[in-house]
Amino acid sequence: MQRTNILFSDFIKGLWQQNPTFRLLIGMCPTLAVTSQVQNGLAMGLATAFTLLASSIIISIFRNFIPKEVRIPSYIVIIATFVTIVSLFLKANFPEVSKALGPYVPLIIVNCLILGRQEAFASKNPVQRSIADALGMGIGFTLSLMVLASVREVLGMGTLLGHQVIFGNFRPWVIMLTPPGAFLTLGLLLGLINIIDKAVKARREKKQ
Amino acid sequence: MVKELILVFIATVLVNNFVLKYFLGICPFLGVSDNLSSAISMGFATTFVMTITAPVAWLINNYILVKFGLPFLQYVCFIIVIASLVQFVEMVIKKFFPLLHQSMGIYLPLITTNCAILFMALQLVLKDYSLIKSMVFGFGSGIGFTFAITIMASIREELKFQDVPESLKGPGITLIIAGILALIFVGLGGLIQVK
Repeated sequence: MQRTNILFSDFIKGLWQQNPTFRLLIGMCPTLAVTSQVQNGLAMGLATAFTLLASSIIISIFRNFIPKEVRIPSYIVIIATFVTIVSLFLKANFPEVSKALGPYVPLIIVNCLILGRQEAFASKNPVQRSIADALGMGIGFTLSLMVLASVREVLGMGTLLGHQVIFGNFRPWVIMLTPPGAFLTLGLLLGLINIIDKAVKARREKKQ
Repeated sequence: MVKELILVFIATVLVNNFVLKYFLGICPFLGVSDNLSSAISMGFATTFVMTITAPVAWLINNYILVKFGLPFLQYVCFIIVIASLVQFVEMVIKKFFPLLHQSMGIYLPLITTNCAILFMALQLVLKDYSLIKSMVFGFGSGIGFTFAITIMASIREELKFQDVPESLKGPGITLIIAGILALIFVGLGGLIQVK
């Protein structure tokens, strides 16, 4: 029972408490770059989550064999291998997605989220806990990309996943699809999340 | 020839600014930009590494990967090259320029995970640049990064004395400022027709 509890808390912390995008502010480049459409955000999130999970498993298994002095280069090589697999897989099976993500697929290698989790978690914990942590962080990352992408796609094109959702006399805000829109949306979302967090905390204190 | 090189340089610094158009190097852009002098050090350290990485990546790609038909090893090779170059540059600077090492030493290891460098190396292969053009491209990308992070740091130094809404303090307001800066750089887009 106790063990399941630990695994569950390892998993759940990536979703809100230590959400990589909104809380830890890591892995920002793909977050901003590919979120002009929900479809691309989802693909990037899943690709990152897969790489994170696979490299966490490998590094956690070999954590006692990798010498401390060369651990960072070893981690990067392991991550780069999985990213190459993801990139070839996307190119072969989803050529359109691969084209849309373009140069940002190889950049998963240097996504600080992945290297950060290896350094902070997988290199110190057994395989099961590392899997739970990687799943939580990966899903948290994917969800935050989708939140950001939904805001940008709905306001920028009036569609969601390609379906028209806003009808009538709506004129799309083209700026949401351009780089400035990405920065502004994420900045305002961070502010919104701080407000929500404060309200939740105040309510909790009131109860006690 | 010279005209073409100048065009590549201006295009990478202003029109296709790495930070504000391609969202590269956002982590140092947010993390190191609260102080002007450390932002400038970070910028120059990155420029230095980029200028060296560009020709090395070009040589490895053309004389090893293409020649032996190993393009699928590109990612692994480039990231190893970048990581070892950063290490090498750090050792050289420590040995020959101890003063310089003191001011930018702590930023050097961070550069390995700066996505701008890997992106630059992959782009110059994709765009099929010549060796000299690659060097100008690498240097220009570094200067573009320095330019953006310096502007950001100057604004944030002023921001310390301003009344920012409680919930936007920290990264929130920084991202909004970056958005406005990006808007300005969109305006520079008409400067050059980039292929």
